[in-house]
Amino acid sequence: MEAASLPAALELVAGGGVGLSPEKRAVLGASLLLLQRDYRFERVWFWGCVQGLRGAYYIAEGLGPDRAAPRSRLYSLNCVEWSLLPPVTKEMVARAERLMGRFQGDPSFEYEYTEINAEDAERLFEDGKEPVIKEEARLVATIEQIDRAVGIIPRGAFVKTPLGAVHENRNFEGLSSTEAKKLSSYFHFTEPVNLKNKTLLEKADLDPSIDFLDSLEHDIPQGSWTVQLEKGGTVVVLRSLLWLGLTFYHVPMTTQYGYIYFGTGEKNLDLPFML
Amino acid sequence: AYEHGPYQPHEPGYGLYQPGYSPYDDQIPDPKSRMLAIQNAKAYLLKSSTTSGLNLYDHLANTLTKILDEQPTNAVDIIENISKDVKWAQFQKKMDTLRDEHEILPTFEAAEKRKALFLKTNGEEELEEEIEETPLPNVMETAFYFEQAGIGLSKDESYHIFLALKKLVSVQPIQTCRFWGKILGLDMNYIIAEVQYHEGEKEEEREEEVIEEGEKGMAEVEDEDEEKEKEDEPPKSIYKPQPVIPKEENGTGANKYVYFVCNEPGKPWVKLPPVTPAQIVCARKIKKFFTGRLDAPVVSFPPFPGNEANYLRAQIARISAGTQISPIGFYQLAEVERDDEEEQGGGGDTYEENPDFQPLSVAEMVDSLSTWVHHRQSILKQGRCVWLNPFQNSEEEEENEEEEKVEDLDELQQEIGPPILTPLSEDEGIQNIPAWTAQLSTNLIPQYAVAILQSNLWPGAYAFASGMKFDNIYFGWGHKYSPESHAPALPPPVQAEYPSGPEITETRDPTLEEELAFKAASEEALDAAEEEEEEEDVEDDEEEEDD
Repeated sequence: MEAASLPAALELVAGGGVGLSPEKRAVLGASLLLLQRDYRFERVWFWGCVQGLRGAYYIAEGLGPDRAAPRSRLYSLNCVEWSLLPPVTKEMVARAERLMGRFQGDPSFEYEYTEINAEDAERLFEDGKEPVIKEEARLVATIEQIDRAVGIIPRGAFVKTPLGAVHENRNFEGLSSTEAKKLSSYFHFTEPVNLKNKTLLEKADLDPSIDFLDSLEHDIPQGSWTVQLEKGGTVVVLRSLLWLGLTFYHVPMTTQYGYIYFGTGEKNLDLPFML
Repeated sequence: AYEHGPYQPHEPGYGLYQPGYSPYDDQIPDPKSRMLAIQNAKAYLLKSSTTSGLNLYDHLANTLTKILDEQPTNAVDIIENISKDVKWAQFQKKMDTLRDEHEILPTFEAAEKRKALFLKTNGEEELEEEIEETPLPNVMETAFYFEQAGIGLSKDESYHIFLALKKLVSVQPIQTCRFWGKILGLDMNYIIAEVQYHEGEKEEEREEEVIEEGEKGMAEVEDEDEEKEKEDEPPKSIYKPQPVIPKEENGTGANKYVYFVCNEPGKPWVKLPPVTPAQIVCARKIKKFFTGRLDAPVVSFPPFPGNEANYLRAQIARISAGTQISPIGFYQLAEVERDDEEEQGGGGDTYEENPDFQPLSVAEMVDSLSTWVHHRQSILKQGRCVWLNPFQNSEEEEENEEEEKVEDLDELQQEIGPPILTPLSEDEGIQNIPAWTAQLSTNLIPQYAVAILQSNLWPGAYAFASGMKFDNIYFGWGHKYSPESHAPALPPPVQAEYPSGPEITETRDPTLEEELAFKAASEEALDAAEEEEEEEDVEDDEEEEDD
């Protein structure tokens, strides 16, 4: 969520029970601004917090002029000093996906592969890399996975210019109450996968400047999002069941929206059994 | 008498005609004739038209009103059009048939309910009486301490919950009350209050008793029917269901506290039914999200004996037993006279506050886990807190089963759990993850920091301690943590329909060698028999010849 609207936003997502302490809230106001200055970001988003066993990681993302470009991610153990995470590669994500269990809370902790078959081991040794993965890499790979899978925005919040860059839509006035309850009004803020598979009839109704992303309607498994009205029906809160802890909020008919993650950083693979 | 007139002094005919010589002398020129003339003219104008129902008077009045309101330029030139417009406007209904209904948004109703929380009910006692000891917990104070660690709901919601609890306390005869926590669900969430009734209050269990008696009556009727049909019976099944382990009494063990839930503060509180061991045992094997509706079915394997209300209660029981902790020394074992002989193991579950409690420093609370203890009994594998032998009271069973009863008794071993008030350092973790993570709420101001414990086994369970105050709370989805994926139980193997024995086993078909051998043997026997017969025949012939 936007750093500028963090205090109000935290009130709105507090329904999940996890948030930030007053100390962290106070320091984030200042340290996120400094991040923006130091790294020359156009926007800074406070992404959330990943709970480790011995400590927690607080994550911030910085965006440049094209909001859909790969983002810079930073982490901090105390919300005061931030360190840049290495950029993500597909290989990192593949290796991190195989790791199970909690984060340790120590960024230099090294996970050792215990369950790799002979082929993988040979391949890895040939590449010259050892079968260990650092917690930093696992962290950034997890953040990337979460963003790609469940990072969402309301429809109309961003526009795509003809040159391909994506900007915030200044004419976005918020979703209406009826629209806000439908999953089709929210998009994954990542490269679209299903868009080209739509029939021509469906595509004819779409507005190419706004509908350039996948909506949540066809997420597998169905029902992996809960949509609830909180605070007497004034806030729409979406919670992901695939990555437990991801909370998205939107106040209908206003421009307030955002998502934040408070959780352990583990994918909920039991989801099909639990629905 | 007026002539031809009446002429007013300023009119030209005035004074022309002398009385008695005007042409209208025979008419009635009374003083009110002018008024009458006006009335006649007006009456004529007010006559409704037979075709359109309008009258000229109204039409002219409307037209002139319209002209004077709108003040068009060159009104005299467009007077006919204006008149036509006025006539046309008659046919337009003043109000559109399609009206925008004021939307009664559900948000308004929700706001009504929340507002109702803040109203003082009528006939309430004076302020002084209210300030007496009340079982209502100070939710805001607890929320403040948890907030120091970043745990908790927004202040608005906490305050609403506070007021909702107040309502609950005023309605039910409650001795102690605590905000247990919030469990998230798919459609709606649950806000849960943990409550203890005053001693001696009988809860409304009569409905359940009636149902059980009804079922027993049915079983008796069925037995009678079976006895009548003893002639041709299909083989009786030898399936003996597992003995049902009775649930614990209200007020003890897993049912020590009563739980009330509501979906949102402002909605009515619903009491959850007591939990049975079968439900706890099954809840350990399944993992389902809560939908938010208490009557929703729980579709799972093994099939859960109950609906969502029971599943919720079972999870609450498990979470409470596993994560309700307190600083060491806060509670001490209460001395209770034990008359029952069945008190085996688990040394009772009554505890009381220790008046001599000396709080440890917050740093000590965080350093080692032995400064915290569980004050709730843990739930055994059986599903109860106090082990019960299910075969003890089964005197009503048939006599055939006595032998098997004895065997089973030997197999069932008494289960003993850790006694109440064991320190957390005895808790086992999973793999290499400790059961609890302890932190200070802040490292910058350690003088006023609060000790916070998070459970790793039940993500969402938190506890804080600061000086004399401590509390537990739960915010989460209601499931236990497991590093491996959830593997649902497989269906049991197919049961044998009948015991295998020689009388029903098919004999093996003979092989070729066996058949040949048999044939050879039977041929030999046949030859031998034929020889004997020939001999007999010969003898018979001889005998006959003799005669």
